[in-house]
Amino acid sequence: MRFLLPLAAFIVLVGFLAVGLGLKPREIPSPLVGKPAPVFQSPRLHEPDQILSSKDNLGKVWLLNVWASWCVSCREEHPLLVELSKSGIVPIYGLNYKDKPELALQWLGQYGDPYTVSVVDPEGRIGIDYGVYGVPETYVIDKNGVIRHKQIGPVTIESLEKKILPLIKELQG
Amino acid sequence: MIPELGNFSLILALLLALTQGTLPIIGAARGNLSWIALARPVVQGQFVFLAIAFGCLAYSFVNNDFSVMNVARNSNSELPAQYRFAASWGSHEGSLLLWVFMLSGWSVAVSVFSRHLPDEMVARVLGVMGLISVGFILFMLVTSNPFDRLLPAAFEGSDLNPLLQDPGMVIHPPMLYMGYVGFSVAFAFAIAALISGQMDAAWARWSRPWTTVAWVFLTIGIMLGSWWAYYELGWGGWWFWDPVENASFLPWMVGTALVHSLAVTEKRGSFKSWTVLLAISAFSLSLLGTFLVRSGVLTSVHAFATDPSRGIFILGFLVIVIGSSLLLFAWRAPKVGLGGKFDLVSRESMLLANNLLLVVAAGSVLLGTLYPLIMDSLDLGKISVGPPYFEAVFVPLMTPAIFLMGLGPLARWKQASLPELVMRLRWAFCVSMATALLMPLVMGEWKPMVSFGLLLAFWVIATIFVSIRHRLQNSGQGSVFTRLARQSRSYYSMHLAHFGIAVFIIGVTLVNGYETEKDVRMEIGSTVEMGGYTFRFTGASPVTGPNYSAMRGDIEILRNGEKIRVMQPEKRTYNASGMAMTEPAIDTGFIRDLYVALGEPLENGAWVVRVYHKPFVDWIWFGCLLMAFGGMLAVSDRRYRLKINTKPIETATEEKDGGRAPSSTRLATGGKKG
Repeated sequence: MRFLLPLAAFIVLVGFLAVGLGLKPREIPSPLVGKPAPVFQSPRLHEPDQILSSKDNLGKVWLLNVWASWCVSCREEHPLLVELSKSGIVPIYGLNYKDKPELALQWLGQYGDPYTVSVVDPEGRIGIDYGVYGVPETYVIDKNGVIRHKQIGPVTIESLEKKILPLIKELQG
Repeated sequence: MIPELGNFSLILALLLALTQGTLPIIGAARGNLSWIALARPVVQGQFVFLAIAFGCLAYSFVNNDFSVMNVARNSNSELPAQYRFAASWGSHEGSLLLWVFMLSGWSVAVSVFSRHLPDEMVARVLGVMGLISVGFILFMLVTSNPFDRLLPAAFEGSDLNPLLQDPGMVIHPPMLYMGYVGFSVAFAFAIAALISGQMDAAWARWSRPWTTVAWVFLTIGIMLGSWWAYYELGWGGWWFWDPVENASFLPWMVGTALVHSLAVTEKRGSFKSWTVLLAISAFSLSLLGTFLVRSGVLTSVHAFATDPSRGIFILGFLVIVIGSSLLLFAWRAPKVGLGGKFDLVSRESMLLANNLLLVVAAGSVLLGTLYPLIMDSLDLGKISVGPPYFEAVFVPLMTPAIFLMGLGPLARWKQASLPELVMRLRWAFCVSMATALLMPLVMGEWKPMVSFGLLLAFWVIATIFVSIRHRLQNSGQGSVFTRLARQSRSYYSMHLAHFGIAVFIIGVTLVNGYETEKDVRMEIGSTVEMGGYTFRFTGASPVTGPNYSAMRGDIEILRNGEKIRVMQPEKRTYNASGMAMTEPAIDTGFIRDLYVALGEPLENGAWVVRVYHKPFVDWIWFGCLLMAFGGMLAVSDRRYRLKINTKPIETATEEKDGGRAPSSTRLATGGKKG
């Protein structure tokens, strides 16, 4: 009987490995979900002399999308964001992360601008407050300024339809 | 054309591997001599075709054939030629090809150096290795073909990861793989023994040198990886308990247990089923490491590009190979018998205890490595397990193991006397205790953990002296030198490897206890003091490498106001990938390293500079080298060089290396088999 123990242990191990194959270890849940979104006041990308404060968005549901012109995956999600902004379901605010304004503007000119407003974060300070560890990332923020969801990596049709849009509908209630 | 040739060779190698994995094993079961005789030529044929395949891949890399996907993704025309060659095994696909190529190399070695083994045995061993080869070649052809074309061809390749563009990285993977793959020989011997039911001292004797050689390669491979991390990553650390590092360390620990367990099985006929289980485990852990790195189930700095279909394939392969061998083990091992009996206090019991400690340590490291995965599978949250866990578990387990390491070589086989051991070792204990207590004072500050680490190290060293002295007193007439020369290489090899452990512990202890690190802002001309040295920053200037541009800092090292050398750390940016790399400058010394890395540039030519003073850090790798030399010495022992005839070998009576046990006990127990 005891000679079967190694085999039994191995079977348990295989079980975990098989389940593990379907998991995505890189997706780390944000500890900020359910907490008030860090407040920022930052120059707008298009009008650098004007400051946008995130407090101005209290009372509405909005998306904060972290993007940069140097980010390849941002290009992947961009058409979806443009489409979403055209539908007018939810305002998308951009956080232009560790980027150069001229490159960022050129990029928006080329691929379209889905953002109600983009603010600049050249040194990534706001990014630190939000716990950004990769670009793109998208936050769903409710009427009370609480983060309700964080999407790591590009927004996809699947994540939009299954998670983000239903959540926005619920929050807008 | 060349890549197609490589692909075709790979397919032919697969067919030969299929033949190798089936006919000889069936032949051995049915006594069909011509099928048995097939094993050797088929193995050699497979080797030739894999060599052609590997040569084709290397040719494509060296000649910048960017119409091959693998080349386009992992090389670049600006890459220096030696790295273009090394890029052949820099990718997932290429490293798999290296893996099977080495497996066939080991198989050829077995086919050549097995003339004294019974033919059925060789047929079974090579057959098992052939089946492993089938799995890997199939894996390549189905999910990760290194010869896949990219049409239209890329104009330029996207470059080899700059971290891999380093001499250490050129030889680290081949060494590591030689170790991983080498355990397949011990594994194949174990499976062959289970199939045939012949598990005697002869079986242990045959598989022992193979296991030791694999262990030597693995030791060197891990050492190189650790050394590379130290000088290339720019963090100054040498071990991070990263999942992939653990994946190489697990087979090492189990392999170390196996090397010792085989010694007992060979000399005393005991531990047979345990040894078989270890042989299966060591190779299974090598395979598990392959799975962990390539399936994406764990996050790691080393991870290859991952793909779920690959993960499923390897998992299936693991289930077949490991599952069937453990099933075979469960079925056959109960019939093996127990072998020579031994007392509670004996060398066997100490080796067994050490074996268990190593296996438990390996189990804990495995648990820590897989814990994030387990928690995530059970939906209990995402966590990561870091060095604090591993250190908290590993050190307490290794402490008794190292204590026993000093005791074991002095204990008699079968039955040892505890009072006698205490008498013989009391001075060793007192001396190591005193040194451990006083040494830290020499270093400047007394720290309990340093003292504790040194106690273990000096205990090992002191017991080696006691053992050699005792051995000389009991080895007849003659001067000290003739008596020293009379001892076998395997005797010295044991002590050399154990001494390596002591050196390793000293290095780890002192560097952990006394290293200093400073992150400083350095203006041009400013200085920083550390460990009795003055570092003066004289500015940074741009330099251009073959495929990168860099800023190179100049830092003068002064001792007592005198300049000893200039260190030139670099901050590189690689052209093709745009990746930034820190290239630290290291002044290596016998008792300390000075380590300087450039951080970020500041205004007016100032830089953030990271300066380390690392006492005794090189002893860590030197210790590993001593262990590896110990292993090599063991394999070069006289009894392996002698032509041993094929007749069944009696356990202890034919032993050539002279007893580790005194000869009287050996004769009394000789020939006793399970």
